[in-house]
Amino acid sequence: MGFFEKLKNGLAKTRKGITEKIEQVLVSFGKIDDELFDELEEILIAADVGIGTTMKITDNLRKKVREGKITNASEIKNLLKEELTRLMETEDSGLKLDTVPSVILIVGVNGVGKTTSIGKLANYYKNMGKKVILAAGDTFRAAAIDQLRIWANRVGVEMISHSEGSDPAAVIFDAVQAAKARRANLLICDTAGRLHTKKNLMEELKKIYRVIEKELPGADVETLLVLDATTGQNAVAQARTFSESTNVSGIILTKLDGTAKGGIVIAVKSELDIPVRFIGIGESIDDLQPFDPREFIEALFS
Amino acid sequence: MVFEGLSSKLQETLKKIRGAGRVTEKDVKEMMREVRLALLEADVNFKVVKDFINRVSERCVGQEVLESLTPGQQVIKIVNEELIELMGGTQSRINFSPRPPTIIMMVGLQGSGKTTASGKLANLLRKQGKRPLLVACDVYRPAAIKQLEVLGSQLNVPVFSMGDKISPVDIAKAAIEHAGTGGFDTVIIDTAGRLHIDEELMDELYNIKNAVKPHEILLVVDAMTGQDAVNVAESFNEKLGIDGIVLTKLDSDTRGGAALSVRAITGKPIKFAGTGEKLNDLEPFFPDRMASRILGMGDVLSLIEKAQESFDEKKALELERKMRSQQFNFNDYLEQLEQLKSMGPLDKILGMLPGMNDKMLKSISVDEKKLARTEAIIKSMTKKERLDPSIINASRRRRIAAGSGTSIQEVNRVLRDFEEMKKMMKMFSDMGKRGKKGFGRFRMPF
Ligand SMILES: Nc1nc2c(ncn2[C@@H]2O[C@H](COP(=O)(O)OP(=O)(O)OP(=O)(O)O)[C@@H](O)[C@H]2O)c(=O)[nH]1
Ligand SMILES: [Mg+2]
Repeated sequence: MGFFEKLKNGLAKTRKGITEKIEQVLVSFGKIDDELFDELEEILIAADVGIGTTMKITDNLRKKVREGKITNASEIKNLLKEELTRLMETEDSGLKLDTVPSVILIVGVNGVGKTTSIGKLANYYKNMGKKVILAAGDTFRAAAIDQLRIWANRVGVEMISHSEGSDPAAVIFDAVQAAKARRANLLICDTAGRLHTKKNLMEELKKIYRVIEKELPGADVETLLVLDATTGQNAVAQARTFSESTNVSGIILTKLDGTAKGGIVIAVKSELDIPVRFIGIGESIDDLQPFDPREFIEALFS
Repeated sequence: MVFEGLSSKLQETLKKIRGAGRVTEKDVKEMMREVRLALLEADVNFKVVKDFINRVSERCVGQEVLESLTPGQQVIKIVNEELIELMGGTQSRINFSPRPPTIIMMVGLQGSGKTTASGKLANLLRKQGKRPLLVACDVYRPAAIKQLEVLGSQLNVPVFSMGDKISPVDIAKAAIEHAGTGGFDTVIIDTAGRLHIDEELMDELYNIKNAVKPHEILLVVDAMTGQDAVNVAESFNEKLGIDGIVLTKLDSDTRGGAALSVRAITGKPIKFAGTGEKLNDLEPFFPDRMASRILGMGDVLSLIEKAQESFDEKKALELERKMRSQQFNFNDYLEQLEQLKSMGPLDKILGMLPGMNDKMLKSISVDEKKLARTEAIIKSMTKKERLDPSIINASRRRRIAAGSGTSIQEVNRVLRDFEEMKKMMKMFSDMGKRGKKGFGRFRMPF
């Protein structure tokens, strides 16, 4: 190594040392600290993480700074990303759909993307070699059955339906029998959009869930709640109430192709421990992806 | 839960801030911290919150505190007023064209509720004596046209459609022609949901607008929308120049801060609110109700309103002067009782006070009957007696008891209460003279 190079390296070291020290000092004086935390807080709030969860997260981070676990201000943002990623990760390797048949029940409030997601899911699992059947459980909304039929035809799977206005639990019952008879791998059930505040409609959903449990004892049943990424704090209430009536096991987060970040799923995970399973990123048949925590958190900060 | 924490924190803060005759910067700061949390928790966009807080803070500092309120309440009162102001007046009217047909175009994100809102609007307008025509311009979502057709047949409102192979611009143009020959005076165009960043589809809306020149473009917004509401509203408004907003799904339990966000960012009025799945669940929009829903402090707000309505500031000042100068007499006492009464059932009012709970209420147990008897007794006194109670001797007491239909014991009680009160007032006013904190102006005696 030449003399100049040595000198340069040495300088770099000291330079690094000095800036680090300055940052440390600033952190302990709370200067970078406050501004940085304000910025982080703003990012999270703008992403709909919610003020409660945001404060919980940043308070935790502040504590670590105070305890001296973090000495470098620039580490804070990365640490935050790490923690959020860890929060959003699950231990299992995805949905458990091993029995024949197994069931996915799709629930959610009006217009979040249930029927569209079912079309995409049917395609996803058909491509994995599964035999899929759809159940037209939305007998309430005008033309909901026609909408699902168009998706069934697009994907090339069978759909079981009754007429508009009939009992949705009866449709599900028939669909379960059909799935058994045809040895289908997977039955995916559509349901009418309903606000979680409507008691009678939530009861109706319970009834549907009971039919599945009763007719397919021991079968793998996944209830997926569809959340619209543009939804704000109300999504937590949605997740809580839908869980009470149908034992929600996962979330499909739709409309992430817009400008909304869907950060509310962080609050849902931290408060209710319900993991995100899929994301919707458009209206076409392929616009569904398994949820990737790292990518999701990265997008939150971009 | 955060929200519960919030309202009790607010009550704490309201309790802490008392006393001063003017709202201080510190009061405002403390209250604004809570207001900020409330607004963010309600999904109001954080930039809108920032602007709002800055503006309101300025207005609050130095404000004279109304006699009947604490500075904390005064601040909340101003916040509420500003919120209502920002939300706009009640404008649930469509701009009807002098030359029919009036053309209304519904736009918005996917799943916001355009098709249902179109049906509801047709229903409402028909009730107002119009002949509406629904137009199916959503050629993208599977079975969207069918959905509108089903709604139309349920309502008995004709639906114009040309299938999903024709461009929405051409469908809209043909529909207007059809309306002219068919004698329809109102045309409601249902368009496909789209993302505000989808340039191609936003251009399509622009082209429909150019082709049919709608008199009213309504942006349909889901009341549960979060922070992104501002981006959506801004983009649609910039591209199309919207005339109003329809807020849907208000029958959910959302606080609905998106209403404030879209209103603040576009300046356009919220004209209607969707409140259910049935086709007559479309209501006029009430800014004051929305404000208290967003703020989430309904109880505190109604207390403030009541206190303010029934408390006359001048009289309060006069009373204060008398208290200080020890001239408080039975006429003043009577007046006070009347003011108390005009505020409505006492325990209800006490119930609205921050920090009151059921248990405390029970222990207070306001005896309204006793209050009424007290009033009757005072009213049975002569003018002289009221001004100078010291002249009320045994025979006068008997007369007063008979006149008021009460007993001598009751009359004695009232006289004792009055003396008690006078003593208390002297104490208060001495405290005030010594400049002690905790006594500013006269407040309600409960
Ligand atoms: N951009 C975008 N649009 C989506 C996505 N998922 C669904 N949509 C659109 O959202 C709208 C509503 O979707 P649906 O599938 O009908 O929603 P739903 O939950 O079944 O609605 P209801 O049955 O009426 O409650 C449609 O226009 C879909 O095309 C997505 O991931 N991205
Ligand atoms: Mg559906």
